[in-house]
Amino acid sequence: MQTIHRILIAAIFTLCMQSSMLARAQGMVEVQTVQRLGSANADDVKRAIGEIARADPGLSLPLLEAFSAGKLGIDEQATAWIQDSGVLTRATDGVPGKASGHVRTILADNQTRRHLDEAISRLRLRSPNPAIRRAASAEIAHHPEPESVDILRELIGHEPDLQAREQMRLAIAKSDIQSNDREKRLAAARVIGESGDISMREPLAALLLPGEGCERDPAVKKAIRSAVSAMEWQELKIRTLANLIYGLSLGSVLLLAALGLAITFGLMKVINMAHGEMLMLGAYSTYLSQTAFVKYAPRWLGLYLVVAVPLAFMLTAALGLLLERLVVRRLYGRPLETLLATWGLSLILIQATRTMFGAQNVTVASPEWLAGGWELMPTVVIPYSRVLVLGFTCVVVSFVWYILQRTSLGLKLRAVTQNREMAASLGINTERIDAWTFALGSGVAGLGGVALSQLGNVGPELGQQHIIDSFMVVVLGGVGNIVGSIVGAIGLGVAAKFLEPAAGAVLGKIAILVAIILFIQWRPQGLFALKGRAQES
Amino acid sequence: MLERITRLHSGRAWLVFAVTIASLTVLVPLLAQISVGNSPLIGEATVLLLGKFACYAMVAIAVDLVWGFAGILSLGHGVFFALGGYCMGMNLMLSMAGQGVYRSKLPDFMVFLDWKELPWFWHGFSNLIFAGVMALLVPMALAVAIGYLAFRSRIRGVYLSLITQALTLAAMLLFFRNETGFGGNNGLTDFKQVYGYSLAQSSTKLAIYILAMLAFALVYLLGQFIVKSRFGLVLRAVRDAEAKARFCGYDTLRFKLTIWTISAGICGLAGAFYVPLVGIINPSEMQPSNSIEMVIWVAVGGRGTLVGAAIGAAVINAAKSWFTAAAPDAWLFILGAIFVMVTILLPDGLISLLAKRRVSRS
Repeated sequence: MQTIHRILIAAIFTLCMQSSMLARAQGMVEVQTVQRLGSANADDVKRAIGEIARADPGLSLPLLEAFSAGKLGIDEQATAWIQDSGVLTRATDGVPGKASGHVRTILADNQTRRHLDEAISRLRLRSPNPAIRRAASAEIAHHPEPESVDILRELIGHEPDLQAREQMRLAIAKSDIQSNDREKRLAAARVIGESGDISMREPLAALLLPGEGCERDPAVKKAIRSAVSAMEWQELKIRTLANLIYGLSLGSVLLLAALGLAITFGLMKVINMAHGEMLMLGAYSTYLSQTAFVKYAPRWLGLYLVVAVPLAFMLTAALGLLLERLVVRRLYGRPLETLLATWGLSLILIQATRTMFGAQNVTVASPEWLAGGWELMPTVVIPYSRVLVLGFTCVVVSFVWYILQRTSLGLKLRAVTQNREMAASLGINTERIDAWTFALGSGVAGLGGVALSQLGNVGPELGQQHIIDSFMVVVLGGVGNIVGSIVGAIGLGVAAKFLEPAAGAVLGKIAILVAIILFIQWRPQGLFALKGRAQES
Repeated sequence: MLERITRLHSGRAWLVFAVTIASLTVLVPLLAQISVGNSPLIGEATVLLLGKFACYAMVAIAVDLVWGFAGILSLGHGVFFALGGYCMGMNLMLSMAGQGVYRSKLPDFMVFLDWKELPWFWHGFSNLIFAGVMALLVPMALAVAIGYLAFRSRIRGVYLSLITQALTLAAMLLFFRNETGFGGNNGLTDFKQVYGYSLAQSSTKLAIYILAMLAFALVYLLGQFIVKSRFGLVLRAVRDAEAKARFCGYDTLRFKLTIWTISAGICGLAGAFYVPLVGIINPSEMQPSNSIEMVIWVAVGGRGTLVGAAIGAAVINAAKSWFTAAAPDAWLFILGAIFVMVTILLPDGLISLLAKRRVSRS
């Protein structure tokens, strides 16, 4: 009885094996294999991945990719499906169809993830698309497994694409650095050194330290040492450049936030504590523009930002004009009272915004054309929104410069700044100039708000987060000139980014505030002090 | 000396002062003890609220001493207030050793952060007297450092205001960090007892209230003494024409620094009474907006008169407690409007209305 049983099992087993071998021979994938991907046993899953990888790449690649992305499922009739945005494709033969009953998704777990990714990369290496091959070899070069390296050695001779070949060479070198052959190690150290792949700095440096597995050959040691120092230099360059660029970006945000203040505080000596709320209203104008586009012209949604710029400027400039007429005008010459009154205005504006738009942040989605970033170097990516803000800052600064230096308003404004009585006796209506200047400063703050809406949250408290920084920029730069504010903002931004890695964001900020407080002791008039009579006033 | 103190007020003003303080320190606690039906005539919440007002009034007097009499507008007095509060809070935390959630001799937040022993700057605070002295000295030391640097460089007016504002922001960021060692975000709270008396008992709270009121009375008299002295006279000269005062031979730096430091000490004292009354101290007390509100108390009550400052603090905070309960959305509108209206229409504050009526009557 037992013998019969055994024979029966053996027979069934051979039959299964044969049918699965048959399937493999034809490049097909067995549904049982797909089912095993869902097994709780990691080794079983790995074996199944291996079997699938050996099938026809036209089938196995999409299957494994779907498995990796959580888009692979099995229905109640034990058919495997790839689900892609509502369309179902049978995983075993790539034919579209309809699932019967509920499709249960099979998910890859972290234990097998590396194995899965490796398998996918290996399949992608044979893709006809050079971009996919490049990405796959870069992926393997990141963490080369012996199996993958063997495949690379076989493929590198046939690879037509230069970049892909470079990545393959690097992956092979990373594996060869552990080799027993001295020549191979020497060549590998050179390849890695040339690649500038800074992630290899630590593993290479570890080889130089005494201990198990350390490098003993002097020539190879020398090659490794020069590779490590080349990478250290490279790393320093990248880090410095990245800090400079991020600092410039932060500085441009600070400048946009502070530029309006540099006009009202710097030129008119009016402390406008409601300046932050002008930023906030500029950001809400962007939100309004976005809402209007969503409602009335969804097809042109990408353009909402373009419309938001003049809208924010007009809205905040008009409000600035109104506030100047109603409140600020009555307090000229009493700076401390102006400070308190404009603080009161800021409270009213915050609460009004809360009442109208709610206390929560509103969503301002960056337009699609701003998605993504500009990759300067493998580790330095600047989001396009930051690049846009940088450019926008240049435009706004030029706009302010043009108004101040090339228009009649600017000429009169500078005259009033230098000597109010003299300007008045020459027939300049100083009150009107005051009003327009305040409107200009508010409008520029509104423009800053448009930029801020693309970088962070838009809520009623937006202005409060920027007001103190803005004042610091103006005080640091020296009251009464725009150039000082520009230098101050960029300097602060860069200093913050260089301090951040060493001290952390919060301590860095504290350090900068303290540094400004100390700096003002040393140069009470700021970086660029006005000379002559204007200084005394 | 005694004569100089009695000369601070006219006889009638002394009478008003004595009656006010007596009714606040004796009558209010008495009424709180007498119950009609089930509820006392003055509830515990009201008593605590009045105690809070006393602390705020001390702060207002401190702000008025520098702003109203020396022309220094500080937007950072919240730091001094909070530092005094933290000193007291540290004592309260240590006095409940072993009664926290973790039954450790360390404060709960330190156990939570897995600290094994008290940081060095917490030592000594288990003594109430030491903590009280530190509540005065720590804010004063910070004030001396900041004030010396600022006044020496002749930083005045709005520049000084902006610097003090940056100072309070920096301090707030610092205290928000857990690593700073003062409970981070949550600050110090869940106090159980003060000087061996349970804080849950209403008699303890009443005692703190009475002490806070007496402290307020003393601070007021001290302020009045300063203002009426020769020193106060020079301060006003510095306020109105600093350059002229300097040319007359007065060392204006010393005068400004002295009043600035005294003012910080008063704030620290107020903070020390405030913490056991409200039961919590956290970094939000150092928010720049809090310090600006302190200035508006003085502006509303009447800059340059100590009574006005104290009245302003009480009026604004009474309005705040009422509105934030009855119409929370309206409060910021009202506060904002008060800022604007007072600076434009009533530059001398509420007290000027009283003074005008007296003038028109005579």
